[in-house]
Amino acid sequence: MKLRIAQLLVLGLLVLFWYVMTKPGLVPPFYFDKDNRAAFFFGEPQKVFWVVVDWFLSGEIFPHLGITLLETALGFAIGAASGLGIGLWLALSPTASAIMDPYIKGFNSMPRVVLAPIFAVWFGLGIWSKVALGVTLVFFVVFFNVYQGVREVSPNLIANARMLGASKRQLLRSIYLPSAMSWVFASLHNAVGLAFVGAVVGEYLGSSMGVGYLILQAEGTFDINTVFAGILVLTACALALDSLVGTVERRLMTWQPKAGQTEKV
Amino acid sequence: MTPKEGPALALADITCRFAARDATSEPYTAVANTTLNIARGEFVSVVGPTGCGKSTLLNVAAGLLEPSTGTVEVFGERLLSAHGVNRRAGYMFQADALMPWRTGIDNVIAGLEFRGVPRAEALAQGEAWLRRVGLAGFGDRYPHQMSGGMRKRLALAQTLILSPDILLMDEPFSALDVQTRQLMENELLALWAEDRKSVLFITHDLEEAIALSDRVVVLSAGPGTRPIGDFKVDLPRPRDVSEIRMTPAFLDLHREIWAAMKEEVLKAYQRQKAV
Repeated sequence: MKLRIAQLLVLGLLVLFWYVMTKPGLVPPFYFDKDNRAAFFFGEPQKVFWVVVDWFLSGEIFPHLGITLLETALGFAIGAASGLGIGLWLALSPTASAIMDPYIKGFNSMPRVVLAPIFAVWFGLGIWSKVALGVTLVFFVVFFNVYQGVREVSPNLIANARMLGASKRQLLRSIYLPSAMSWVFASLHNAVGLAFVGAVVGEYLGSSMGVGYLILQAEGTFDINTVFAGILVLTACALALDSLVGTVERRLMTWQPKAGQTEKV
Repeated sequence: MTPKEGPALALADITCRFAARDATSEPYTAVANTTLNIARGEFVSVVGPTGCGKSTLLNVAAGLLEPSTGTVEVFGERLLSAHGVNRRAGYMFQADALMPWRTGIDNVIAGLEFRGVPRAEALAQGEAWLRRVGLAGFGDRYPHQMSGGMRKRLALAQTLILSPDILLMDEPFSALDVQTRQLMENELLALWAEDRKSVLFITHDLEEAIALSDRVVVLSAGPGTRPIGDFKVDLPRPRDVSEIRMTPAFLDLHREIWAAMKEEVLKAYQRQKAV
């Protein structure tokens, strides 16, 4: 509880500092030559707040937020599923992994955001070009974790399951998959963030809907308060998604030792 | 049951060479020209200095590793790697091999599950085995919530629930403290006495080997490990492993086998020091 209070205090101090520094006429200008310039460049917290409130009260934000979240969810789901599938396949098939290795490495080292304009050409300015960008970002995070996870399954565990009579399929189901899942969940927190990046960057580069589009529009009219409001909403959504992943993780990974709980008899 | 010819397990002229790590070094011969028979119902221990290829031998017997030369016969039938692992054997590993994402009971019934036994029936058998190894009521714990000794019991139940004809054990109790270890050894003997499986027990502990077995086979130091001694242990059963260690017959046997082993242990020690 004390922690929460301290955390809120930090937030309060930051907002106060922001307010004091940007409120025209409160502090004599020491960097800019006019006293409304700070507010122009950095926005004002109370105005940002009212923009957000206004968005939600008028309902103006919902279609945009819905689109952005849909793009994020689709990019995340498709990217994670394909990363899991292809990761399992390549990890279990040494030949395929040897052949694909340079291409995987190449695609991974490529700054994949440069693909965004191409996706816009291929998939149009609707949601699918953003989903595609999200998928390319999410895929590799999940893929490498699954690949690593399967490769690092203890040989003992596999030998034991084989001696207990597990077939190839049963090995996959009861050893490789659960073992890879702990790695997958470690990567999903990253992946959610990247799916968001894909959606918003995609919207920046060309769209007619979405929170990224709102921010882009506001930037075009130098409306810094709206830009900050957009950023705030995106951040809140990313945090909510992250805690959702955390909840699912705790549900599915009950078998993992928590700190201070190991070796308890 | 149709009695077939041949011992429970017959390793004939087994040699295992491992490919060298780089082109300049020689391939490593872990086991050379080893012949070992285990009769039905016999408890055989294999002792040898550390790193002498004991586990390699066991993996060959389990069908997990194909020998470079030599044959393995299980109850008179050739064990071929094309047919997979040795289906009549249960294997208890040195290291933890429980599935950490399964509860105790789900670990115990894993083998039944792989064989397609209906879950209700498997659970009933699993509970019975948990009771037999003294883990009744711990079935819903995950392995990480158990002590080392409890995990070993769980592994024992996991292996024995399938009622294998041959039991392969790779230093199963080496990670336990002395007291727990003697308890586990007694429990193993009690369980074994019920239906007398054939057991191949690997250990580096001579006392453990003598206390448990009908026969002790001594291996030479690696590389190119081979049996250099074969001793019959005719101590009366049932035995209590902590008491039998004090009897004169035990001490005589220990002296005799240790004399054969000593030189090999020193050789292995010198070699490890040189590396």
